[in-house]
Amino acid sequence: MNPFQFTRVTTPKAAITAITKENGTYFLAGGTNLIDLMKREVIIPERLVDINKLPLATIEKTATGLRIGAMAKNSTVADHELVKKHFPLLSQALNAGASAQLRNMATVGGNMMQRTRCPYFYDNSMPCNKRSPVQAGPDKGQANGPTGCGAIGGINRMHAIFGTSTKCIAVHPSDMCIALVALDATVNVSGPKGDRQIPFSDFHRLPGDMPQKDNTLQPGELIMSVDLPTNRFSDNSHYLKVRDRASYAFALISVGVAIDMKRGTIQDVRLAMGGVAHKPWRLTAAEAFLKGKPATEANFKQAAALAMQGAKGYGENDFKLTLAPNSIVDALKTAAKTA
Amino acid sequence: MNQHEHTGGESASADSSRRSFLKQSSALAALVLTPPTAMAAADQGLDEKMAAAFEQMPLQVNVNGTAHRLSIEPRVTLLDLLREQLHLTGTKKGCDHGQCGACTVHVDGARVNACLTLAMTTEGSTVTTIEGLADGGPTGALHPMQAAFIKHDGFQCGYCTPGQIMSAVACIREGHANSPDEVREYMSGNICRCGAYANIVDAIMDVKKGGAKV
Repeated sequence: MNPFQFTRVTTPKAAITAITKENGTYFLAGGTNLIDLMKREVIIPERLVDINKLPLATIEKTATGLRIGAMAKNSTVADHELVKKHFPLLSQALNAGASAQLRNMATVGGNMMQRTRCPYFYDNSMPCNKRSPVQAGPDKGQANGPTGCGAIGGINRMHAIFGTSTKCIAVHPSDMCIALVALDATVNVSGPKGDRQIPFSDFHRLPGDMPQKDNTLQPGELIMSVDLPTNRFSDNSHYLKVRDRASYAFALISVGVAIDMKRGTIQDVRLAMGGVAHKPWRLTAAEAFLKGKPATEANFKQAAALAMQGAKGYGENDFKLTLAPNSIVDALKTAAKTA
Repeated sequence: MNQHEHTGGESASADSSRRSFLKQSSALAALVLTPPTAMAAADQGLDEKMAAAFEQMPLQVNVNGTAHRLSIEPRVTLLDLLREQLHLTGTKKGCDHGQCGACTVHVDGARVNACLTLAMTTEGSTVTTIEGLADGGPTGALHPMQAAFIKHDGFQCGYCTPGQIMSAVACIREGHANSPDEVREYMSGNICRCGAYANIVDAIMDVKKGGAKV
């Protein structure tokens, strides 16, 4: 690992000041992704600002729902009584991710900030626009290895089928974020220009011409917490993760479903997919279709067909065009308890 | 556990074992492999930057009941600190990327991958390694989980075993060992290339059912 400066901070204000002071500074939370990327020299920070001592790990009830501190560990959130009772989708999604050891280390904020696991991004000898943007510079990322996209026309079994660009077809790897986008979470951030709220669906972005930017955070901003609004989904939630082995693998396809059911009718529903796009992929057309309809397999299939509009395969990942709608139907059936 | 101060760094060892030879030769290798940034800084006469590149920072951490006051480079992982500076080589380096679990230790009671933990982030923490698991230390009676791994033949080559055992103890303490299926799920962060999984699950279930204090 390359040498770097190390600063420990104990207040959010000091953290924000420290990260805005010089280029090449990164926040260090659980480190499960960042330290790995540093070992592989995909990211070479000049300075790390250790935010593990920040008092941001609280999980508390609010007037409108639940507030989860950005530094709360993934395992703590997954096992929290209020989360299990009122937001079981989040608990299930968290437990579907990584391993018990990594969930003990990884934080909510860090999980949101993790980078894609596209093998081209991880290999400095391979072309990658995310790792090595065409024009490197401040705010445009760090040139490191050749530019281009090795995955387009390359090994792309794990890659995106929605919202891709000619620059990047990588997917966001998080399970937790699929649950958070489905549950209409809001992200509270603090930065040099003050505090602001970001709807979770706007936190991550599509690659477009700037695949080096995973999210819409502004320079110097720190994730403080995530807010979850109260819902009526706790009886009919399911997180389905389809992967190459039974545990401890990234999703080929994942589906988060949360239904408000009354006597077999879908009053309201939330649907999101992982493993298909550069950001957690909310299925709004399918949600609109299902609202007010009976929870039948025929309706689930129609919803899945609507969700798949605009999907595009890149060769090795063409199987996702079939696996995804099948997974949506399967997850809906399980959540609705009609399976 | 007994608490006594121990100042870290290179401890003088009389025997010229294979391990101390390796240690010395890797120190020489480290001089040859001076970080490029430091070399560049030296070339340009940037003494301050060069000093920064080799900067040592203070760290206080309790490992297996011993309080250590150390001076380390910020880039040192907990795994390398344990193995290279504190000579606790029971914790193994497998993949070094958080994928195999061979480096599993407990930090403040939680199982973590030591290879992805910067040692600096353990300031003020209590670390337990396989050497500190049994009440009597490495020379005392085996911890019930260690004994169960032997009883059930839960290993072949043994390289993943310290990590498996540390993970298994945490799995029970967390309350995630209520069925073989649950054990398999919550032990998935520990890879065994020899494929001793079935016996590892048996060992964990045996300890869980036996009700021994882990």
